[in-house]
Amino acid sequence: MIARHRTRAIAGLAFAALTAASSIVLAQPEDDPVAEYRAMMGDDNPAEFWVMRGEALWSEPRGPASVSLEQCDLGMGPGVVKGAYAHLPRYFADAGQVMDLETRLLHCMVTLQGIPRKEALKQRFGDGARESDFEALAAFVAEESRGQVLDVPLDNPAMEKAYALGKEMFFYRAGTHDFSCATCHGQTGMRIRLQQLPNISEAEGARAAYSGWPAYRVSQGEVRTMQWRLQDCFRQQRLPQLDFGSQASIALTTYIAHNANGAVMDAPGMKR
Amino acid sequence: MNRAFTLAGLIGAAIMLPALASAGLAGTNDGAAAVLQQSFTAKGQAGMDRLDQDDVQRLCSRAPDGPALSEKEYAEIMASEEASIRYPADGQYLGDWRAGEKIAQNGKGFQSSDDPTQSSGGNCYACHQLAKGEVAYGTIGPSLYLYGKLRGNDAETQRYTYAKIYNSNAFLPCSSMPRFGHKGILDEQQIKDVVALLLDPQSPVNAE
Repeated sequence: MIARHRTRAIAGLAFAALTAASSIVLAQPEDDPVAEYRAMMGDDNPAEFWVMRGEALWSEPRGPASVSLEQCDLGMGPGVVKGAYAHLPRYFADAGQVMDLETRLLHCMVTLQGIPRKEALKQRFGDGARESDFEALAAFVAEESRGQVLDVPLDNPAMEKAYALGKEMFFYRAGTHDFSCATCHGQTGMRIRLQQLPNISEAEGARAAYSGWPAYRVSQGEVRTMQWRLQDCFRQQRLPQLDFGSQASIALTTYIAHNANGAVMDAPGMKR
Repeated sequence: MNRAFTLAGLIGAAIMLPALASAGLAGTNDGAAAVLQQSFTAKGQAGMDRLDQDDVQRLCSRAPDGPALSEKEYAEIMASEEASIRYPADGQYLGDWRAGEKIAQNGKGFQSSDDPTQSSGGNCYACHQLAKGEVAYGTIGPSLYLYGKLRGNDAETQRYTYAKIYNSNAFLPCSSMPRFGHKGILDEQQIKDVVALLLDPQSPVNAE
């Protein structure tokens, strides 16, 4: 725990220093302080602490039922974690719906461990001292698919429907500013300020964006999941709050993941 | 039920915007709209009504591989959005470029996390190059560096610039640029200040 916090503090300082340094040479907008940070850190990603905590959480008896998540079926059979994230989202017959990783983890917490849904959702995102089990578990499960090729086929009607819905939502303009996801992520080679924007509507951009999530966010000192990423995009779109595990969130994740098929998974990654 | 709902929607649209209703509203997002209502929660100033689309948003939500806007729809958007523009009663378009620069830098406003009592910004630099000294600019919109120097500063240019900021869709249907005046993101004085940032000869936008 001490080691983790020290690492985070050092990481934060290093990032601040790099940000300051990069502001001097901003004349080259292609500068990527996070890339410099990554290079400096070598193979070290603070997300490793989340992976370790997630691995421990996975096998720890918890909740009113006092059972672990080791019987949780992430799509490859109960307890199979290796490679599971490279095939999510997928249709789960036992739930009668398409689920992404975080929604499936929630499903297992509720159905196996007996944790009330509302209770489990309280810590869906970590906030300083209050850690999120989802972020730790997602980091662990993602790590177990590192190096695997993403394969999210639209192999049944529910997946086809989720993808079509996700696509519709991607181009759905609304709110005070008329923004859709596509406003920022529907073209290639664009920037907001100095931030490069992946074009998620096509394979290359979707792969680059998706393969690194969940990710350690340098600016926040936390591992964040795709559910977090999406809800924060909608905040910036001036829309209400996207609910964790909602149909819209799963549909959009399905849209992005299917577009990213063929990506070599490299999560947890490290992002700005 | 669904048909009644659609019919009610069409009648509503017909009353509010006769020009666009005649387009038949092909490619509506009813499926997405229903799911969105179940998937979001009102937060802060961002109420659930933010998910409701107006006619322009609806017509501008088609995927690129879907049907393109017809010439008729294109013309109808331009007409309805041009009609929305409220020009300053005093006939003055040029405000204070210094205030304009602050508005161009400010990305706050209307997010669920923003304080609604604070005035909102235009966040112009998110998408446009403006003053040469600000190198942290985005590229979704065209560069506006030297905008006034290249276009001049006559009354017609001032009026056009005011209108473009007020409602971009009057000139380019389905533009990525928010309709700042029409949607109440910026008030009249703020738009004048941004016009000054673009056109005032003293503005850093026009300094080489």
